[in-house]
Amino acid sequence: MEEHRVTELALHTQPVAGAMPAFRATVGAAELRGLCEQTRAQKARLVALWGSDETTRGGGYALHLALALGSGLLWLTLPLAREHPRYPSIADIYPCANRMQRATYDLLGIHAQDSPDQRKWVRHRAWPGGVFPLRKAFPIGTSFPPSDDRYPFVKVEGEGVHEIPVGPVHAGTIEPGHFRFSIVGEKILRLEERLCYTHKGIEKLFENMTLAEGARLAGRVSGDSTVAYAWAYAMAVEGATGTEPPSRALGLRAILLELERIANHLGDLGYLGNDVALSFGFFQFWRLKEDLLRLQGELFGHRYLMDQVVPGGVARDLPRDQAERLLARLEQIQSEVVALKAIYDDHAGAQDRFVMTGQVLPELAEKMGLVGFAGRASGIKHDLRVDYPVLPYQQAGVRMATHTRGDVAARVSVRFDEMFESMRLVRTLASQLAPGAIRAPLADCIPGKCGVGWVEGWRGEVLIALESADANRIHRAHAHDPSWQNWPLLERAVLGNIVPDFPLINKSFNLSYSGQDL
Amino acid sequence: MYRLLKQIAKTGIVSEPPPHPDETLRQIDQQLGEVILRHFGRALAIRHVDAGSCNGCELEIHSMNGPYYNLERLGIKFVASPRHADLLLVTGPVSRNMELALKRTYAATPDPKLVVAIGDCGCTGGIFGESYASSGRVSNVIPVDVAVPGCPPTPIALMQGILTAISSGGRDRA
Ligand code: SF4
Repeated sequence: MEEHRVTELALHTQPVAGAMPAFRATVGAAELRGLCEQTRAQKARLVALWGSDETTRGGGYALHLALALGSGLLWLTLPLAREHPRYPSIADIYPCANRMQRATYDLLGIHAQDSPDQRKWVRHRAWPGGVFPLRKAFPIGTSFPPSDDRYPFVKVEGEGVHEIPVGPVHAGTIEPGHFRFSIVGEKILRLEERLCYTHKGIEKLFENMTLAEGARLAGRVSGDSTVAYAWAYAMAVEGATGTEPPSRALGLRAILLELERIANHLGDLGYLGNDVALSFGFFQFWRLKEDLLRLQGELFGHRYLMDQVVPGGVARDLPRDQAERLLARLEQIQSEVVALKAIYDDHAGAQDRFVMTGQVLPELAEKMGLVGFAGRASGIKHDLRVDYPVLPYQQAGVRMATHTRGDVAARVSVRFDEMFESMRLVRTLASQLAPGAIRAPLADCIPGKCGVGWVEGWRGEVLIALESADANRIHRAHAHDPSWQNWPLLERAVLGNIVPDFPLINKSFNLSYSGQDL
Repeated sequence: MYRLLKQIAKTGIVSEPPPHPDETLRQIDQQLGEVILRHFGRALAIRHVDAGSCNGCELEIHSMNGPYYNLERLGIKFVASPRHADLLLVTGPVSRNMELALKRTYAATPDPKLVVAIGDCGCTGGIFGESYASSGRVSNVIPVDVAVPGCPPTPIALMQGILTAISSGGRDRA
């Protein structure tokens, strides 16, 4: 394979075959921090950090980093010893690495040296310390009696400071997690999250599957982002196997992804109304969302579009008459959303609650690595559909929505803008749909191939990094949700706000638990 | 304000008739007598517990509260605490990290109580099955009255499951 020189860094890399621009390089422990300092200085963000067990391939362990450079995704691999695998922590350079490093230790026993935060993250009581479920020698069915689960939350001391523990079972219909608030009066002084209650062994399950079987699981990493994950997974498998999906399938995938974005924003905008006592908004937006879901169910056989994107293409075509029904429905929804937006914009009560609530300023967003629409609402101008415009977005052209105030109102505004843009995109994509097949047969895969799937889901960038084993099986599939980056910023966004505004701020981000817990 | 009222008037009432109970969803015989069921039917309080789902099933629970299905008009509403609940609606395979919280929620729910397990995951463990991280189906952890398959089940199927849990199932227990 030809060598590729990443212009931003003095580094020799190999291209990773696939739809998105990606390069791979091996680095030594001594170079890791220096490289990260360089990429940080160039404003390259850390997309993901994970580990792998290489003992079945004659090695020890490995640490992996995915960094978003101007020219594409840089996948760095740091080989580690079989005994006491360890590497220098990079959490001081990229703060979002902290939880990922802790998760990597809990799952693989790979130790981040010199990190001040060595607390567990994924491990609660399901398995004892010193046992590492993602190691190859660990059988997936092993179960242990519940172990002790002490977790040292950071204590805030001072006069009049109270703690409010919330969850894991929440008051509303949301996923489980634990929030520890330290408050004075009604004001939030500190919020500390504890997640991973929904850890269900997804990455271990992948390693017991074939490349084809993994698609269904990828679509269930986070149910509200099923298209984004299924596409990222398909992209990674296609890269690893050298399969070229037909261009009609690419157009259809983008239509599905934009529909997923529209449906999620419709639902959340309804809830954001509900959270400021405007239940009118909830009923109106959920009526529109249901109108869309019903048609999706009719056209694609699944209201949330699960299992539509498959390695090699898509499961169902969208014939012309059906596409027209879809466009007509979207047009009706759009005209109603325009009316609802005017009502939200003019509603003094709603705006009073939205404006300057849950603010994340651009500087903090940049430092901590906020991503997705929440990042764009805090001045972080990144969107994979714009930064690396591969087909079909290259043809359709995406107009990025941004804001700088970083409060609930900004996130509401960006959500409206992105929804309108998605409606425009569906129209354009539908008119540009190429004729022909919707699915290509999946080529066989040789062991040791890698693939990258990188997709701008409605919440932010979703990454699948994949390596194949023999017999078309999966050696390692890492799924990364943008919520990893954004959860720590929710802790910051609530500071100085009052406790009753927490549900509103939380909903304005609407982060995934299942996607980060895996 | 004028625009808001106009939108309400223009929309009108969109709620649709609810589905009928479906006995095939029932896991164990109805344990509750007519009298209790009559009361439940008029004011049922539900506590949702996500025991490890992918969040797909939650999306449809939200839909059920939307205007087309409008669960609340049947006297069925979601409450914030298990202590106020008559019925637990449980999604997901039960992750081992949620097992204790689910058991505690069940214990905190006053008797008589009903449990409806939701989704392929709630019914069988689904794609996640049983593993070091997942205890599988809900009935592996707490007793289940009614189980609703689907990935995720539609709002109509969910309503059917809930209505089945509070119907007598043809058994005269008055
Ligand atoms: S049944 Fe399907 S939608 Fe529901 S939690 Fe399981 S995988 Fe997700």
